[in-house]
Amino acid sequence: MLKIKDLHASIDDKDILRGINLEINAGEVHAIMGPNGSGKSTLASVISGHEDYDVSQGSIELEGESLEDLSAEERAHKGVFLSFQYPVEIPGVSVTNFVKTAINESRKGRGLEDMPANEMLQKIREKSELLKIDRKFLSRSLNDGFSGGEKKRNEIFQMAMLEPKLAILDETDSGLDIDALRIVADGVNTLKNKENAVIVITHYQRLLEYIVPDFVHVLYNGRIVKSGGKELALELEAKGYDWIKSDVIA
Amino acid sequence: MDLKEKLISSFWGLDNGIEVDDYINDMRGDAIKIFEASGFPSKKQEAWKYTSLNTLVKRDYALESPSETSIDFNLVKKYFLHDLDSYAIVFIDGKYSAHLSKTTHDGMDICLLSAALTKPKFKAVIENYFNKAASNDSLASLNTAFASEGAFVHIPKHKAVEKPIQIIHFSTGSNAAMLLQPRNLIIADENAHVQIIERHQSFTNHPVFTNSVTEIFGDKRSVIDYYKVQNDFEEASLIDHTFIKQEKDSNCSVHTFSFGGKLIRNNLNFTQNGEHINSTLKGITIIGNKQHVDHSTMVNHNAPNCESHQDYKGIFGDQATGVFNGRILVDQVAQKTNAFQANNNILLSDNATINTKPQLEIFADDVKCSHGCTIGQLDEDALFYMRSRGIPKKEAQALLTYAFANNVLETVKIPELKQRINKLIANKLGVNIGFHL
Repeated sequence: MLKIKDLHASIDDKDILRGINLEINAGEVHAIMGPNGSGKSTLASVISGHEDYDVSQGSIELEGESLEDLSAEERAHKGVFLSFQYPVEIPGVSVTNFVKTAINESRKGRGLEDMPANEMLQKIREKSELLKIDRKFLSRSLNDGFSGGEKKRNEIFQMAMLEPKLAILDETDSGLDIDALRIVADGVNTLKNKENAVIVITHYQRLLEYIVPDFVHVLYNGRIVKSGGKELALELEAKGYDWIKSDVIA
Repeated sequence: MDLKEKLISSFWGLDNGIEVDDYINDMRGDAIKIFEASGFPSKKQEAWKYTSLNTLVKRDYALESPSETSIDFNLVKKYFLHDLDSYAIVFIDGKYSAHLSKTTHDGMDICLLSAALTKPKFKAVIENYFNKAASNDSLASLNTAFASEGAFVHIPKHKAVEKPIQIIHFSTGSNAAMLLQPRNLIIADENAHVQIIERHQSFTNHPVFTNSVTEIFGDKRSVIDYYKVQNDFEEASLIDHTFIKQEKDSNCSVHTFSFGGKLIRNNLNFTQNGEHINSTLKGITIIGNKQHVDHSTMVNHNAPNCESHQDYKGIFGDQATGVFNGRILVDQVAQKTNAFQANNNILLSDNATINTKPQLEIFADDVKCSHGCTIGQLDEDALFYMRSRGIPKKEAQALLTYAFANNVLETVKIPELKQRINKLIANKLGVNIGFHL
């Protein structure tokens, strides 16, 4: 589904990604771990089409199609979704209005008509129940005054509404208590199927107990320095990142 | 002959068929003398530092209206809130249009200023109110000198007008360039309630220069909501002077929506003359090209325990320029005043300009006064967030702009008007957003 080859990216002339290679197939969950500043969030932003990053080398393909010349919205229309580490507050736009606009703009981008109102309503009801979101919450301004946990749950709610092919969860576990973590993970697991793929970016093994990855990659200094199965996450949790760093230096 | 001379000489030969008594004639004579002495304001004056009338006053304007024009309602329907049952007082090139209007004398007066100025039964009211709130600066005086037509609204004690009043000043463009000087007088007696929507609108893109004066009097416990819709063609300029005098326990709000025109200057002047008065001044400005919008507000707090709330949002694209000059004057006796002022602006282009200046003059020692102004761009992080959810850049910008202006619309009490303003904003931003805030 996603093929990243020798990806180099920089911001303000500072190199962040220095040759990423990653291949993800439909139906897979990949975890990307690594110490602070290793480039995890940058990778997520670059896949999503953030214009501040300059891709100097390499390629990103989604289902065989290069994303290079596509804007962030066009990538979203192709099925890329990024759950933000820090979701932006937008006072004055309600959750429902925002989600409706996002869905219909994505449909427009794919050459489809607007979603019929009753279908939209049904879907909002179903997905908000899945994530145990109170109806009142939906008429509030987007992320405005939400707690950390509410923001993250709202991100996954949007993901559930948009049904992306490739979902990137950037530190979705940060700021979540254990109950919220479980709700979010249940949500992601329910949405998971053979046709889509998930990238989970995290510092900790905790989230991976709930969203079990098929592969774990360690990102350090802009490169994937180690890949393995889900056991790798446990090893990292036990030993920290220092042994990886010294491995790389050695 | 320049415009000033032309105005002064035509004053003495003025014959518009509206015969007024000596009381008004003397007032006009005094007013033209003030204009003669001071002339058009220049940028040398502090209050006009950022707004130049130079190109406007250099032009030659017709001062007399052409003969009465009749227009088919269907052609101008779009400028009305036509889905709303309302009273209407409509003028075309300064002349009253009976067939577009819907006036009344049934239990209240919603009619013409010319009628009020000439009919004996209004003599007492005119002597009590006419030109009693307007200042005697040069442009307001110029209006007074020529004032003969406009809306006259008088709502008696305890009367709540059941539907809004639309005051619309049209210009046809059948004269190449035209100077219009409408004059409105609004009086709400004790505990009267009234909602008014005012609009100045050209039919075609032709130079029209409107120098408008509106006086509003809110007696004890009255509630007045006044909405100004300014969405005219690129060649139309408007200088609006609105003077509001409020008595004890009254509530008055003025919302100004400035979306189009060449040059717009809004002088909005509130005077509070009793305790527990509430004054609200709000505005949304969205302009581009080389348009210019200037809001100069003034709130005189002359009594204790009163409030004023000002909230102006501005969005400026291309080479547009904006001015906000907000003055709050708190008299020594006006203890426990609560005055709030905010002016927030977004510049969408590197060539757009906003000059914003809060001016607080406080002579009482126990007051709560706050002000703040911001100038910024649309939040880039928010834009990326929205785009990553599939919302195209233009729509995302529009949505953020909507969100930015949203709280100004919250206090609009007429749902049909709110919806219309939403549509105008969407049109102005060049998007079709599928929802209303």
